Amino acid sequence: MPLDCGTSIRDVKMAYCTYGTLNADKSNAILVCHALTGDQFAASKQPITGKNGWWDQMIGPGKVLDTDKYFIVSSNVLGGCMGTTGPKDINPETGSPYGLNFPIITIGDMVRAQALLQDYLGIDSWFSLIGGSMGGMQVLQWASAYPERCFSAIPIACAARHSAQNIAFHEVGRQAVMADPSWQGGDYYDSETKPTAGLAVARMAAHVTYLSEAALHRKFGRNLQDRDRLTYGFDADFQVESYLRYQGINFVDRFDANSYLYITRAMDYFDLVEDHGGSLANAFQKTPTRFCVVSFSSDWLFPTSENREIVHALIAAAANVSFVEVETDKGHDAFLLDTPEMFKTIQGFLQSSAKSRGLTDE
Amino acid sequence: MNEQEKFIPKRDIRVDWQLIAEMIKPGSRVLDVGCDDGQLLAHLTETKNVDGRGLELSQAGVNICVANGLSVVQGNADTDLGFYPDGGFDYAILSKTLQATHQPHVVLEQLLRIGQRAIVSFPNFANWRCRSYLAFKGRMPMTHSLDTPWYETPNIHFCTLKDFTALCGKMGVTIEQTVIVDASGKVMTRTNYGAFANLFGADCIFMLSKKKA
Repeated sequence: MPLDCGTSIRDVKMAYCTYGTLNADKSNAILVCHALTGDQFAASKQPITGKNGWWDQMIGPGKVLDTDKYFIVSSNVLGGCMGTTGPKDINPETGSPYGLNFPIITIGDMVRAQALLQDYLGIDSWFSLIGGSMGGMQVLQWASAYPERCFSAIPIACAARHSAQNIAFHEVGRQAVMADPSWQGGDYYDSETKPTAGLAVARMAAHVTYLSEAALHRKFGRNLQDRDRLTYGFDADFQVESYLRYQGINFVDRFDANSYLYITRAMDYFDLVEDHGGSLANAFQKTPTRFCVVSFSSDWLFPTSENREIVHALIAAAANVSFVEVETDKGHDAFLLDTPEMFKTIQGFLQSSAKSRGLTDE
Repeated sequence: MNEQEKFIPKRDIRVDWQLIAEMIKPGSRVLDVGCDDGQLLAHLTETKNVDGRGLELSQAGVNICVANGLSVVQGNADTDLGFYPDGGFDYAILSKTLQATHQPHVVLEQLLRIGQRAIVSFPNFANWRCRSYLAFKGRMPMTHSLDTPWYETPNIHFCTLKDFTALCGKMGVTIEQTVIVDASGKVMTRTNYGAFANLFGADCIFMLSKKKA
């Protein structure tokens, strides 16, 4: 498979889960695109953590992504670490793990791999594509690269280009990983120690960006963790510290540090505006795809203003577009949480799209 | 109920919507600017099979529209119409929104750029009820179509039937059709532009196009 960086990669494996049943004319398939640290287990138990899928609330019988009506496909991205080819896999050229010999991948490459999966499944066009954050970037990339293969598209809490602020946060995360002596230039797969400390710090820093000041205040305030008074030390005195440490420690069990480097880089490189001669509208000229863009009022990682840029470009391209900003204090993470306004919006959009595609309830 | 609210006659449906629907050719492309909760768009989609899009300022309205399957984006008529391509729609509708815009004449120009035709409805401030309300009560008029007190009304640019036709003339806009409705919701059959209509007309609906050179 050719890659945007100029090289190519062979023997690509794709790991994916499906939910529901593909109908006879294969017109009810929805591709769910996961975010930076997500995986294909969108609505099944994650094998390492044993926890429910990251979009369990969205996918299932009678839910927004109704498995009684739709066939849901959720694949692990190229460069990931849950089964799809990524840096921890064996390089067929050398017989040892890729590590940093894994080529730099882009959102475009991730989508190209998903298109191969679509071919493999024999699906001519997705009924819909949906994803938040990096998942939303994939949705935009899909709609711009393969418009005829996307009947509808639901990019959530994302942007058409990664902002300087977001690149900055990613760089902090990558430096935390690379500063861990156990990282060993990315060649740690055969060694006893893994760069878990660095990866945990990266996750902690990133996790703050997924929340909002209001949500942090509501959840933790300045509450102390299992103690009555400050310890005058560097223990996790505050609940918020304890929470972040927990987030960091749990993350490293299920995620590969090199994958984190590669996937954050792919997001940094994402720029649909630059890819289309400086005009985002060019990415969607004459698009047949119906769009529903969703943003969250307290999201400062992918703020409403950046989602609105996508909407304006779609309007300029005469696309069929809906746009809803959901009022919430939950920050960027709102797309993963119980956000009824988002559920209603997407459900309504999918129902009208189903009607216009002639999908009937069976 | 305060003293002013007592004067608001009750009405169930918006007559101007039915009249607007009558003006629209089936199967056309329609943009409803200020589409509120999407009732007109839904009506046009059902009865006229239009390819409808909406722009709405209030987030609550947008959310209802999208949840009901309408293609609507949150945005502002004063600032966001510039994003739409030239002639992308057969009709650009502005139903009872003109008086809430900051620059009605600029919005009108945009509507006529985006749509082959613009359909504009607005309450006639010269209606006798408004006139007498102001004359005898000495208060800012509140009627069925002007139902919020002056300090919280979104309606900042009221105009009369005469004012609007004068603006159309000044802008070189062709008035293709005019429908005036009286306070009881009946379409007025007597003169369209005269003082009579300006006195008894409650709601005005205009279909406009750019004047041919």
